[in-house]
Amino acid sequence: MAFSQGFTPHPKISYASAAPTGVASEAEYLEIGLREPVDPEQLRLALDAALSPGLDVLDAVVASGASLPDRIEASRWRIELPQVDPDVLAKAVAVFTAADEVLVERMTKQGRRTFDARAAVVNIDVSPASATPSGDPAVPCAILELVVRQVTPSVRPDDVLSGFRVVAGLEPPVAPKVIRLAQGTLTAQGAIVDPLDADRDGATIGGR
Amino acid sequence: MSVPSTTSRPVAANSVWPRLEPLLPQVTKPIQYVGGELGAVVKEWDAATVRWALMYPDAYEVGLPNQGVQILYEVLNELPDTLAERTYAVWPDLEKLMRAHGVPQFTVDAHRPVRDFDLFGVSFATELGYTNLLSAIDLAGIPLLAADRTDADPVIVAGGHAAFNPEPIADFVDAAVLGDGEEAVLEITGIVREWKAEGCPGGRDELLLRLARTESVYVPRFYDVDYLPDGRIQRVVPNRADVPFRVHKRTTMDLDAWPYPKKPLVPLAETVHERYAVEIFRGCTRGCRFCQAGMITRPVRERSITTVGQMVQQGLEFSGFHEVGLLSLSSADHSEIGDMCSGLAEQYQGTNVSLSLPSTRVDAFNIELAQELSRNGRRTGLTFAPEGGSERIRKVINKMVSKDDLIRTVVTAYTNGWRQVKLYFMCGLPTETDADVLEIADMAHEVIRAGRAATGSKDIRCTVSIGGFVPKPHTPFQWAAMQRPEVIDHRLKLLKQAINADRSLGRAIGYRYHDGEPSLIEGLLSRGDRRVGAVIRRVWENGGRFDGWSEHFSYQRWVDAAAEVLPGFGVDLDWYTTRERDELEVLPWDHLDSGLDKDWLWQDWQDALGEYEQDDCRWTPCFDCGVCPAMDTEIQIGPTGRKLLPLTPVNGMKLSAGAQ
Repeated sequence: MAFSQGFTPHPKISYASAAPTGVASEAEYLEIGLREPVDPEQLRLALDAALSPGLDVLDAVVASGASLPDRIEASRWRIELPQVDPDVLAKAVAVFTAADEVLVERMTKQGRRTFDARAAVVNIDVSPASATPSGDPAVPCAILELVVRQVTPSVRPDDVLSGFRVVAGLEPPVAPKVIRLAQGTLTAQGAIVDPLDADRDGATIGGR
Repeated sequence: MSVPSTTSRPVAANSVWPRLEPLLPQVTKPIQYVGGELGAVVKEWDAATVRWALMYPDAYEVGLPNQGVQILYEVLNELPDTLAERTYAVWPDLEKLMRAHGVPQFTVDAHRPVRDFDLFGVSFATELGYTNLLSAIDLAGIPLLAADRTDADPVIVAGGHAAFNPEPIADFVDAAVLGDGEEAVLEITGIVREWKAEGCPGGRDELLLRLARTESVYVPRFYDVDYLPDGRIQRVVPNRADVPFRVHKRTTMDLDAWPYPKKPLVPLAETVHERYAVEIFRGCTRGCRFCQAGMITRPVRERSITTVGQMVQQGLEFSGFHEVGLLSLSSADHSEIGDMCSGLAEQYQGTNVSLSLPSTRVDAFNIELAQELSRNGRRTGLTFAPEGGSERIRKVINKMVSKDDLIRTVVTAYTNGWRQVKLYFMCGLPTETDADVLEIADMAHEVIRAGRAATGSKDIRCTVSIGGFVPKPHTPFQWAAMQRPEVIDHRLKLLKQAINADRSLGRAIGYRYHDGEPSLIEGLLSRGDRRVGAVIRRVWENGGRFDGWSEHFSYQRWVDAAAEVLPGFGVDLDWYTTRERDELEVLPWDHLDSGLDKDWLWQDWQDALGEYEQDDCRWTPCFDCGVCPAMDTEIQIGPTGRKLLPLTPVNGMKLSAGAQ
């Protein structure tokens, strides 16, 4: 592990667009500086062993070229809204998508900020009603997947949900469940490409 | 928002996790309730015969680094048929949600309900955790009063320094253990194991009786307290045959045989200490008369330099911590501290590992050690603790430091490159006058004046930190009257004015102090008897939580509760705090044996009033405090003559990989 210089050296770790607290994620990325070259697979195993159950290190590559933040242009999220009728959600999404701008508010470290939650959203898909992956099948559950561009200030899934409330009055009766499915560079077709691909030379190092 | 259940996380059969998880996004710092730290252990519930829930009754950020809990957690989990999990006090925001959603007090390891365990061990470093104990018991769904509990409830065992007078919580705990916990928890585990193997004969009562018969586990329900008409205690006597008149403290001898923690917990949330801490010795015989820790942990037992070296190496390799704390009550007094510091400094030179030593001894040797430890370029702070402002009061408290020593030592620190030192004092000591406290200002002024002269620089500072004195059981000051908070606060104000009376010098002096009010309540709890339990309960019912936190502590709530409850017993808050006791008064903890001879303590109290000092028995003959013969223990100190060898290259490589 490499450390910064100075009076209180810090380990060289930088996190790119970490998921908000309380949100699950299948795709977090971070960059670490090492003092000497290490086999990426050995590093992956060592980190995985030290981390809590449920925090799995899936892959490690030697970084070259563009920095990690430059390779993270967008995220794909899935949001489950228990007790929300999928048709109601579909209508809210339609209104939201049709708008040019949807202003929402959120408390940030700099205080309360108002910003547009619409422009960063590349795509929203509402799943058909039957596809309930978790919870009681008797209770309706609306599910959507959305692709959101990495912007400043960042637009998070809860901001998009705030947007639904602003434009369509959608108020989920229970806490939504959110998971980040992927992060990476955005293709013209709106697909997300794994940011580590560029350093893989086509060969998979970790067992992804 | 919460996490979809599609993510996998092993969930124990009796886990409350599915009900807890949806609440976490609604509370501050939810990560403190998640568990899964490096060093944490989760065992199969059904594979264990004896199950302990261990609690430090404060928030995770304070409780996780606690050495005592970490050691017992590891010692217990090493037993194949025993499991131990940890629980901490939950903040009021989560408590409210847990009550609304019926989620009980849980362990952070496997999120099991505390009530499911056989034993619920709570470690009290301070009496201010008592209200949090009540919250935890109540949230766990366990009856608040020990008398109301059934075989379905765990046996609640108190430990830690405050357990040397557990009387204020006697109604709420089932048992208390005095002294070192390592062997005590193993013995208790053995008793529970055997009792369960026999089919739990006689239920809870029989189990508690078996614990009491060890003579080292105090079971309050087997003792009756009688009071005199004036409110004082008449006597405390067993109400059952076979129960000892006195309960004795435990002492773990040969610390080299107990090299814990081996696998320190690495916290997930930010905590007050993030370091690998190793106790280099236990006990202290310096004899500071205010210091309960020094009195109740005798005799001095050193861990050898080689064991310390090995523990540091393995602890760092396991945890990846960057900081090592060499802990004890007076670390510079270890017989091989010089070789230990230079050896460790050598081994870790050029790495990111920093070493720290709680430095309170006022002499040049302390600075030599600090210099060794700062080889990596990081200077840890230097703290000196003269404790009392005047020569006279230092004789009263038996802190043998002269003003000249202090000035010389601090000036040495300045000339060796330290720009800032901290000086620690107490206010409200027995026999103290305004003049004693005001001498602190003279001392601080002289320190700055001499420091400026020696370094030729104005860029030196000192901080005067002053805390309120609280008389504690099993110390020579157990008979002393406390000073009223108004008097303390007035003296602190006078001191501030005196420090700033010289503007030039005052600018270089920082001033930190604590108000007198929390100390008075700590005094009520530390020397209280069973009647104080009703005050604790009333405060808790009125919302008292986290009394060790100034933002949560309410003096008024305690004063009101005391005024409501205590007159019914013919006593009041002052009776417990500002009243001096006489020699023959039965003290609430007289039946609890710390090894100290009560006559010796009384004599030491008289010596304090007469301003006579008492030497340290490590370097002068035994002065008969009573501990060694009563407990069948002895002083265990070096030097061993061994040295720390440089780490081999292989270990060096491993170290750099581990020291992330």
